[in-house]
Amino acid sequence: MSALNPTALEQGLQSCHGCGLLSRPADGAEEGRCPRCDEDLHFRKPKSLERTLAYLMAAAACYIPANLLPVMITNTSKGSESDTIMQGVVLLWSPTGWPLSIIVLFASIMIPSAKILALLYLVISVKRGSIKNNSQRVRLYRMVEIIGRWSMVDVFVDTFTVALIQLQPLMSVEPGPGLLFFAAVVVLTMLAVESFDPRLIWDSANAQEIQDEVPNA
Amino acid sequence: MPDATLVACLDCDLLQRIPEVPAGASVRCPRCNKELWRHKPDSYNRTFALTVAALVLYLIANTVPMLGLHAVGREAFTTVVGGAQQLWHDGQELVAMLVLFAAVISPALQIGFLLAILIGCRRERPPFWVGLLLRHLEFTRTWSMIEVMLLGVLVALTKIADYAHVILGTALFALFALVFLLAAIQSTFDPREVWERVEWAETEALPPANKKSSAEVVS
Repeated sequence: MSALNPTALEQGLQSCHGCGLLSRPADGAEEGRCPRCDEDLHFRKPKSLERTLAYLMAAAACYIPANLLPVMITNTSKGSESDTIMQGVVLLWSPTGWPLSIIVLFASIMIPSAKILALLYLVISVKRGSIKNNSQRVRLYRMVEIIGRWSMVDVFVDTFTVALIQLQPLMSVEPGPGLLFFAAVVVLTMLAVESFDPRLIWDSANAQEIQDEVPNA
Repeated sequence: MPDATLVACLDCDLLQRIPEVPAGASVRCPRCNKELWRHKPDSYNRTFALTVAALVLYLIANTVPMLGLHAVGREAFTTVVGGAQQLWHDGQELVAMLVLFAAVISPALQIGFLLAILIGCRRERPPFWVGLLLRHLEFTRTWSMIEVMLLGVLVALTKIADYAHVILGTALFALFALVFLLAAIQSTFDPREVWERVEWAETEALPPANKKSSAEVVS
């Protein structure tokens, strides 16, 4: 048993994700429920890597149509015009609008792809039993967790543009087929973040510590 | 009673004790730097006041118009729900539901759950359902995206301002204030204080296994 960094898992204790209470499963029973808040208890989130990877693959698949298909269709008396997310960014670019253009570029294009890549890196590094850069990896995870929600911005932009510009027959805007895929990317990456258990990052290092201590014992 | 000061970090599983710290100070995991607890002074009263204010603003934000458009002699107004309705009408039912969930339903649940928790906490021993709500509060917080929506509104307005005259409705200002209130609630509400008092799911004596565990680790 590692004396340096004792973990709950090594002590046979599990902490509740609902209320934080530390408890030991009843003799013979595996996992079980939290005696305080009745939440299902697990030593680690069940099938964490598999579920994270599944959500990531689904998100990556939706990412392509989300960027290629139009998210907004503008109908005017002259005809109709459709814009993808990237075209929306370009359209916003103006002497006054450029800061917003950069925000949308980050929120809609960079964040979703960076999120998928970052989580993929975390899953692979845990699978390979990496014991390096643990603090940086857990920091990366927290960053993804905090920033991720902001990619919803484009969904709201389209919602309110569509809701306001209904000046038939002069001009009207309707949502394009890409919007659904884009919303799916946001939701799926949020679910991927939720499924990943950051404690897995530290488990390999803990196992290593135990091994290192055996000769000294 | 098991020892509530002994915890495992939820980000790295390191076992540790939460020391008593002065008001305003926080306790961080020595290994991964996660904030484990922050001592928030006068948590109950401050959170209660902020939550009541948030409820009022929420009701205003969802009943009066948020945005208006003045163009070619016509005026059109919309609310948050109206935005979702238009998407639904245009065949994007799933996205409409997501918008409604993130901008209307989740914030309502968040405020409602908090109010119920705080009211339940007036009792010496908050009943079990207080814990049940508190356990799901994090979920409503994750999916409540009013601040993201406001950024989206800002971008949409910048786009539309080229074509038409935009009218800012009262709801927009209410939502803006609500974002700050929800952030303030986050920094005054101390869930640990509630957990320490709440009634347990297993009301009978704790299983011996559990008692043993706390005794074992305390040493």
